[in-house]
Amino acid sequence: MKKTRLSRFGLLVGASLFAGGAIAQEGDVERGQAAAATCTACHQADGSGMNIPGGESWPRLAGLDAGYIVKQLHDFKEGRRQNASMMPFANMLNDQQIVDVAAYYSQLEVTPGQGGDDADEALLKRGEQLANRGDWDAYIVSCKSCHGPGGTGVGSDFPGIASQHAGYISAQLTAWQNDTRSNDPQNLMGAIAKRMSDNDIQAVSAWYAQQDIDQEGEE
Amino acid sequence: MALTITMRKRTLVLAVTGMSLATGLTMTAYAANEAAQGDEMPYQTLVELGYPAPQEGELVHVPPTMADLEDADIHPELKKVIRYGYELFTDTQQLRDEYVYNDMNCSSCHLGEGRQPFSAPVWAAAVTLPDFRGKNQHVNNLEERIAGCFAYSMNGTPPEYGSDEMLALSAYHQWLATGAPMYPSQPIYGRGFPAPDQPAEQPDYARGEAAYQENCAICHQEDGTGHYENGEYVFPAPWGDGSNNWGAGIVRVDTMAGFIYQNMPLGQPRSLSDQESWDIAYYISNQERPQDPRYTGDVAETLELFGPTFHDRSLYGQTREHDGHVLGDHDNFGDKGDIKPWNVGMPRFESLADEQ
Repeated sequence: MKKTRLSRFGLLVGASLFAGGAIAQEGDVERGQAAAATCTACHQADGSGMNIPGGESWPRLAGLDAGYIVKQLHDFKEGRRQNASMMPFANMLNDQQIVDVAAYYSQLEVTPGQGGDDADEALLKRGEQLANRGDWDAYIVSCKSCHGPGGTGVGSDFPGIASQHAGYISAQLTAWQNDTRSNDPQNLMGAIAKRMSDNDIQAVSAWYAQQDIDQEGEE
Repeated sequence: MALTITMRKRTLVLAVTGMSLATGLTMTAYAANEAAQGDEMPYQTLVELGYPAPQEGELVHVPPTMADLEDADIHPELKKVIRYGYELFTDTQQLRDEYVYNDMNCSSCHLGEGRQPFSAPVWAAAVTLPDFRGKNQHVNNLEERIAGCFAYSMNGTPPEYGSDEMLALSAYHQWLATGAPMYPSQPIYGRGFPAPDQPAEQPDYARGEAAYQENCAICHQEDGTGHYENGEYVFPAPWGDGSNNWGAGIVRVDTMAGFIYQNMPLGQPRSLSDQESWDIAYYISNQERPQDPRYTGDVAETLELFGPTFHDRSLYGQTREHDGHVLGDHDNFGDKGDIKPWNVGMPRFESLADEQ
């Protein structure tokens, strides 16, 4: 990995720290790798996470935006995002370790999304429609209008969802429907998720899990 | 109660139960459209979101979708052209530096691919034109109306009348109007960007700025430049060089207030109050953008010429309260530089000038 790239990530994490008394800290990839030792049981050494069919799905962290990871870890610690498995691990990280871990995962190469292999053609077609065009008759705006072209994420507020595990995407959308996740800015995701049917959720989850991210395009 | 629905291939009478549907409501839809089938009234989803229900005497049209196009019984060559029109409408940036010189797509303002009520659905232009247009004081057809969008909203210059791009765009508009009557006598449900009710207090810059930062900046950015990711545009710029110029319809404060109230934040229409919508619209309308292509070289003169037909509803030429800046008093035409849109000020029907 090139040094220039490293320092750019450090800047990103520093700049993306929000208000609330946090002092802008620079993330360090090497320190982050050491601190992430505790994460690998679920998220794996390469940050690929794991999709367990019918079970829990641990998200791919590799290549996610550092600022997004920082916010989620703080939200877990401070109770804005609830997850029984994640909470104790987030609590083990101090503010510096959070930016370090985020810097570490953000610079890892994106790994393939898992799940959705059993989706039939009609489901994938519906997924593609919702992802790229939405379904305005149900007032479901397209995923890409916020998550960006190709679903690769926009800034630190709208995470990349392409090449994420189907089980994780569907679990999150369902959590928004049930109000068990609500840490999105301005209820932007919650409002849309509540208009989606179970079939819609399966469709976008399967479709995005199968979208590869062009690593060149990420640069 | 019986209700007549005009469809593409047939007319059927539908009994509507459990709904206080006014008589005299004209509903039209593409024949294959699911929304027009069964007992459910079209746009019920919108009513549940807080939009007004269709009123007695209104024309309620449900345009076909792109999925309907695939199944449609029309010539495959026409399908190709309509599909191209759709692609141009939703990714107008493919015409960047040729006909488009800002960062907008048609669908940046006409949400839902131009089909959405209360988001200036574009099929209406296909059934109400040719007609006299106050903005340019002559009779316009659909192509000239689209050309206006290129000159103002896209801060560019239009493709030629009859060109592939122009034909494809107008074919897409007309396709969306499938089933709707030509020159309807009824008012159209959800036409334009209906402004919210007049606010209790005069729109205010400082209040508008605060409401913008709270509700809009996460996508459109604090400085209104919109958002790019990997060089691709994601969120449109509400002002500045990436946005529409001073001659676009949405610079009228009431139109912007209507757009915001009926459509923003994305996915949460009508969630802002009347006051917030007007305040935000007033704040955005107080920012700079590329010059009006009708500019004569003098903002006061331009305002005098085009005030009565257009700028009396915008803040163009007005002095900004907090810093004394005169809005539109500049020579910045944005990225298009010296390019003059050929359609602006083009004389029409001179041979008919003396006729009554």
